[in-house]
Amino acid sequence: MDSPDWRPVARMETLRARAALMAAVRDFFAQRGVLEVETPLCSRYATTDPALDPFVTRYAGPHAPPQGTLYLQTSPEFPMKRLLAAGSGPIYQICKAFRNGEYGRRHNPEFTLLEWYRPGFDHRRLMGEVAELVQTALGAAMPVERWTYADLFHHHLGIDAFHAPSDALAMRAREFGVDTEGMAGASRNAWLDLLLSHVIEPRLPPDRLIFIHDYPASQAALARIRPDDPPVAERFELYVGPMELANGFNELLDPQEQRRRFRAEQRACTMAGTPERPLDERLLQALAAGMPATAGVALGLDRLLMLKVGARDIREVLAFPLERA
Amino acid sequence: MATYSTNEFKGGLKVMIDGDPCSIIENEFVKPGKGQAFNRVKLRNLKTGRVLEKTYKSGESVEAADVLETDLQYLYTDGEYWYFMDPESFEQYTADKAAMGDAVKWIKDQDVCTVTLWNGSPIGVEPPNFVILTITETDPGLKGDTSGGGGKPATLETGAVVRVPLFVQTGEAIKVDTRSGEYVSRAKEG
Repeated sequence: MDSPDWRPVARMETLRARAALMAAVRDFFAQRGVLEVETPLCSRYATTDPALDPFVTRYAGPHAPPQGTLYLQTSPEFPMKRLLAAGSGPIYQICKAFRNGEYGRRHNPEFTLLEWYRPGFDHRRLMGEVAELVQTALGAAMPVERWTYADLFHHHLGIDAFHAPSDALAMRAREFGVDTEGMAGASRNAWLDLLLSHVIEPRLPPDRLIFIHDYPASQAALARIRPDDPPVAERFELYVGPMELANGFNELLDPQEQRRRFRAEQRACTMAGTPERPLDERLLQALAAGMPATAGVALGLDRLLMLKVGARDIREVLAFPLERA
Repeated sequence: MATYSTNEFKGGLKVMIDGDPCSIIENEFVKPGKGQAFNRVKLRNLKTGRVLEKTYKSGESVEAADVLETDLQYLYTDGEYWYFMDPESFEQYTADKAAMGDAVKWIKDQDVCTVTLWNGSPIGVEPPNFVILTITETDPGLKGDTSGGGGKPATLETGAVVRVPLFVQTGEAIKVDTRSGEYVSRAKEG
């Protein structure tokens, strides 16, 4: 990265590996009859997730939204679900997603996402297909393990992730040597995220695919909640070593429940003092019209390429990361 | 009170931690795709040199430390304090033993050091990477051995002791690398 600013950071052979990866992904879905689609990068609606900060841009012209405000997508989830409701059948998309402020060894604020939806699959069946895609892309038959969120926390930390109170989670973090002074006012979910990212992730083996599934209902995002005792979100994540590669759901179908979650997130944004974002009424209309039962997943292609070429920093696989954009 | 938000964190940023000025060595952004983002930072306490690790929820703020690194000329010591001068403004600064650290072993008057100032007072002194010092005492060494293979201890005018080749003698000036504390060469005349 000491080369002159105009030059790419990724080496040419890495860029060739990127092109080969894209071709392999497209081939994987072509063989399975999954349709490639494109949806808008700019939308009048935005994610309401308070943990995500979308880029905002302006449009002047016919059909301009209020104040001309358009949001760059943080993921293509909402418009792809509208296609599913319109009867598209199985679909995938390779696109750029944008998340403001996210910059680090595994983050660039603009990155490439692979997202796909499988009507008729549940999240368990989709985990199987994710494993096949990753093994195909990496050209390696890596072993696959599936862990429930509860089992993983019990195994690594000896705690009950579903019932332990916040101060017990905080104490466990300190016992594992994590300084927690900068965590003032953290929610229970933030403590769980801290333990997962600071203690468990670094201990995950790098030679296999680890699926974590059945998340606490408080971390459901857009997943269905199964009314077990305790209730669990039908959500999964894929890790290879400490690298989070994919997040998937057995998708929420109920428009009323979806509206409740949007509203709760909008309230959380207001509480945090971040500007409220317009919730996607067209997604709610699509859900009301009826979306088939579907599992869906988003996978970070830059990170998959990092694994493929053995990169330690996402900048090694990008021609022009943020600082050279 | 000036503060930095976690999204301004980067290597070299100076912040206050538990009442001490610290410099960020490394800032790692950690964020699950869904959920809380964290900044995991490694810092060096500029007073003690100790390295510590802290985790912040992204969006938290930390007090800025008024820390400045500047080149100052060393003037003299009275045994208790060491006196420096800014060669441009002629302003004088006083460093105590704790701020001097290892630098006392290497510097003599006129040397230009990189001094870390916190609220205007020295808390750290870096000597020049290379200094030239005169040997005040060393064994004459074995006659005829010029290989310099084993070497011998030599005391320098500042009191520091370094290993030198056998052929180097008392009264000679030598060049020393202050980062490793090792002999580099005989100092060239002039």
